[in-house]
Amino acid sequence: MDEGSVPVAEDPARRRRVHGMLKLYYGLNEEGKAPEQPESLDPCDINGPHFDPELYLNKLRRECSLTELMDQETCMVRQIRSLDSDMQTLVYENYNKFISATDTIRKMKNDFKKMEDEMDCLSANMAAITEFSARISGTLQDQHAQITKLSGVHTLLRKLQFLFELPARLNKCLELQAYAQAVNTHRRARCVLQQYSHLPSFKGIQDDCHAIMDKLAQELRQKFRDGGSSAKDLSECVELLLQLDEPAEELCDKFLSHARSRLESDLQGLEAEIKPYPSTATKDASAHGSSSATAPGSPSDGSPKSSSLPSPASNTDILEFIDRGCNEFVSSLCLVITSYQELFINHAQKGELASKNIPQMANGKLHAFVDDLAARYFMLVERRIQEEKGVGDNSLLVRALDRFHRRLQAVAKLLPGSAVPNKGTEIVIRAATERVKQYLSALQSFYMDSLTDVRQALATPRLSVAGTSVAGPASGRDAPTSLPELLSSLSASILNQIKSVLASVHLFTAKDITFSNKPYFKGEFCSQGVRESLVVSFIKFVCQSSRQFCETAGDKGGSTPPALLLLLSRLCLDYETSTISYILTLTDEQFLVQHHSPVTPVTTLCAEAREAAQKLLNHYVKVQGLIISQMLRKSVETRDWVNTIEPRNVRAVMKRVVEDTTSIDVQVGLLYEEGVRKAHSSDSSKRTFSVYSSSRQQARYAASYTPSAPMDTNLLSNIHKLFSERIDIFSSVEFNKVSVMTGIIKISLKTFLECVRLRTFGRYGLQQIQVDCHYLQMYLWRFVSDENLVHFLLDEIVGSAAHRCLDPAPMEQSVIEVICERG
Amino acid sequence: MEDDAPVIYGLEFQARALTAQAAETDAVRFLVGTQSLKFDNQIHIIDFDDENNIINKNVLLHQAGEIWHIGASPADKAVLTTCYNKTSDSRVVSCAAVWRMPSDWETGNHESPDESAHNPQTLELLCHLDDSTHGNAACVLWEPMGDGKRVISLADNHALLWDLQESSTQAAVSSTATLEGKGQLKFTSGKWSPHHNCSQLATANDTAIRGWDLRTMRVWSVRYNHSHDQLVLTASSDSRLILSNMVSISSEPFGHLVDDEELSEGEELHQEDKGKEPLKDSVVSTYEEHEDSVYAAEWSSADPWLFASLSYDGRLVINRVPRALKYRILL
Repeated sequence: MDEGSVPVAEDPARRRRVHGMLKLYYGLNEEGKAPEQPESLDPCDINGPHFDPELYLNKLRRECSLTELMDQETCMVRQIRSLDSDMQTLVYENYNKFISATDTIRKMKNDFKKMEDEMDCLSANMAAITEFSARISGTLQDQHAQITKLSGVHTLLRKLQFLFELPARLNKCLELQAYAQAVNTHRRARCVLQQYSHLPSFKGIQDDCHAIMDKLAQELRQKFRDGGSSAKDLSECVELLLQLDEPAEELCDKFLSHARSRLESDLQGLEAEIKPYPSTATKDASAHGSSSATAPGSPSDGSPKSSSLPSPASNTDILEFIDRGCNEFVSSLCLVITSYQELFINHAQKGELASKNIPQMANGKLHAFVDDLAARYFMLVERRIQEEKGVGDNSLLVRALDRFHRRLQAVAKLLPGSAVPNKGTEIVIRAATERVKQYLSALQSFYMDSLTDVRQALATPRLSVAGTSVAGPASGRDAPTSLPELLSSLSASILNQIKSVLASVHLFTAKDITFSNKPYFKGEFCSQGVRESLVVSFIKFVCQSSRQFCETAGDKGGSTPPALLLLLSRLCLDYETSTISYILTLTDEQFLVQHHSPVTPVTTLCAEAREAAQKLLNHYVKVQGLIISQMLRKSVETRDWVNTIEPRNVRAVMKRVVEDTTSIDVQVGLLYEEGVRKAHSSDSSKRTFSVYSSSRQQARYAASYTPSAPMDTNLLSNIHKLFSERIDIFSSVEFNKVSVMTGIIKISLKTFLECVRLRTFGRYGLQQIQVDCHYLQMYLWRFVSDENLVHFLLDEIVGSAAHRCLDPAPMEQSVIEVICERG
Repeated sequence: MEDDAPVIYGLEFQARALTAQAAETDAVRFLVGTQSLKFDNQIHIIDFDDENNIINKNVLLHQAGEIWHIGASPADKAVLTTCYNKTSDSRVVSCAAVWRMPSDWETGNHESPDESAHNPQTLELLCHLDDSTHGNAACVLWEPMGDGKRVISLADNHALLWDLQESSTQAAVSSTATLEGKGQLKFTSGKWSPHHNCSQLATANDTAIRGWDLRTMRVWSVRYNHSHDQLVLTASSDSRLILSNMVSISSEPFGHLVDDEELSEGEELHQEDKGKEPLKDSVVSTYEEHEDSVYAAEWSSADPWLFASLSYDGRLVINRVPRALKYRILL
């Protein structure tokens, strides 16, 4: 304790240092003593770092009482004691820990030593292993290369073995007919053999193989050639042959030639049907027993008999023929095309052969082949179609053509780009146009036949209508009451014929006919074919033939009966007014004609018909006029007018003229309307004329008597002419009865006038003319449009006769009238 | 002359016979024969003055009868033939004769037309061309290129070739030809063919040789223009005269004779070979100055562009070819 007092003195400092060190060691000073820091400046703070024991003591002594000192002292001693014990504990603990650390370090030191030894040992072992390993691999290197090589040799040997065995194997395959396997095998070896063919042994093998393969190819070819095998076999065959490098071209050719022979037999069968004599077809022998005897076994020469025989192909109709053609030829052709395409084109396209342009080549060959055969087929079909001359039943032909065309569509599908369907369509088109032509000529001949019938009917009308004829004076001449009936029946029969022809032709454009939707049949056929070349041509033909009647009749002088002219004229006029437009409308409706190309308009045809009608009527007038003229002329020329007797009667010829004129009037009246007269005539006007003309004639004769005034006659007649219109003798007539009659009478009277002027008359001759003219005047005025015309012409006749009279003493008008009325 | 107006000349009598004076090549001169039963018939000699468009006429009496046909000698302009009807004892006989005009006809009528009309001179008869066995003479044709020694007369169905001798005062038949056929065939007209050395004759009866015009009624007369043979004149009873330009028959011997329905006269006439530029066959013009049947038409022998036509009422019309056509043909 004593010591303690001293250390106590210095103890706090020491403690403080130790404390500080520990604090430093444990790192507490910042946190634990931080709040103490401001106080520490106080030197009297016992716990502060700036504690000054002297100051503290002094302070205590000065401030504190003894007791307090005492207390202070005890407190301090207590505190020092506790602090000491704390320090002792701490030192002790510290020491223990140090000791244990030292122990541990020592122990560690021993352990590391041991570990190092073991590591050394390990590295030594590793080095040994490495060394061993290197040694082993070095040893094994040689061995491995050898094995690899050996393995290669093994493979090669196996291949070689395959090669060496190849011929035998191929042979075996050949025996077993396993052609596909053989070809496959050979193909595998082929390249190698080819590559090593310079080596003799391989060469040998190759040769052997070749020989075998050749044989194989031979067999395949044989099989191919036989052709009897199924399509599958055949295709396999071709495939194999192609793989065998067989030239594809040759194969194609062979295939096609094989097919050709079969197709040709079909064609020959067809041809035999066309032949007029059935030398090739035995089944026809019965039908043509006689002709087969005359021409046996000569099928090659043409058909010289076809012209002599009306229907050389009568044994089969065209539908049958086409059917046979389709079923035999076209279907075989389609089969050939299919299999050929299968073999050479589709198949080759897949394989490596495509590179050799085989499809193109094969396609070309196929096209040539098809075109060639189709051309022959078409030729036959066309020949057969040409033999279809009869126009009775068109549906058969249309159906045949339809079938023909339809079947060709199959070819078109199989062989796109082929010209065959187009050619087929062309044939159909040609057949159709030919048909239209035939119809046209049929129509024409029908028309001409009808005309002949009409002619006959006109020639023998009186037998049938004599009893019913009530035409009065007309009964003497051919004025058949049946003219209108003839006209209507002619017109109706022509119209019916046209309709039936249109109906027949219409079949070509029926909806269910395959070729009807071709542009040709939609457009050109309707407009150009049917409308123009059939209907329009026919109408034109009618007009034309009518005009021909006018022309030829002029030469032969009435080879055409006038009634026919009249009838035709009316027919043409009817055509102009209604029939043409009706027919054309009918056609346009039936055929839905779309006028792409210019077509003959209705107006043109109508104008043509009208022109024809006009011509015919003019001609009719001319012919009838000339017939009457001829009578008048003969009557004037054959008589001795100077030495004739006094007239007692009207000459018979005049009566005849009036009769004829009346009958013509009746005839024309049957077909044409009355027409307009210029002035209404009556009995009174007739009488007026008589007086007038007689008085005027008297004046003229009187003038003629006076030698001093020779000019008067001319003057009178000239003055008269000045006031009358010029008479146009051959002017066109109108389409009515009066105009026609006027024309005829004009011609007749003018002739009369001219004949009179050529003669010289005696007194009675003149009087006879007077009587005749008066008679004519009595009857003719009623027929003409302007009776003054008749007056004028008759006047002129009498005047001329007076001029040509040696002793012009005219007859009394009253006497004339009496004679005329007596008949 | 500025226009082609026709010149019309009227005769007192009806007339059918017209001819150009063939031997006269300087003046345009036509001869017209009249037809009258009651009066003495006349031959009018019509001179046409082209420059003044004036007609001069001279009248000669032809007392033998009415003239049906007249022909002028190609060699002697004073000689002519006529066919005439003679009426005797109520019989009508057709005769033919050769006449000579009086030599002073040209001088004797210059005083006044009226006087000449009243005192016409008479023709001097040279000889008759009569052969009663052969029927009635229809026309007499002079050999066109000859010396006026040979004529042919047509009578009924006979053709007689006459040789005129001693200044045409005697005539002898040198040969005859007869047309055979059914019916009563009669020659009505005829003409020498100028080709073939004047040895051929074309004749016309009713329908054997036919004329041109298809539109008009009876064509009575057809005349070719003798230097431009494509110009054809047709005269017909419908009072029309038609001038046609028929290129297709130009310079061809009569082969292209077309048809007419009833025809009394139609001849093949003077033709000369002349190549022509192609003009279309067409009717050039129709002349309607006549008011009665035109029985005769004739080209002038002097002026190839001038022609005369004669209608029954005695009207003679002289016309010209239209100038446009004339120049087209010439140039």
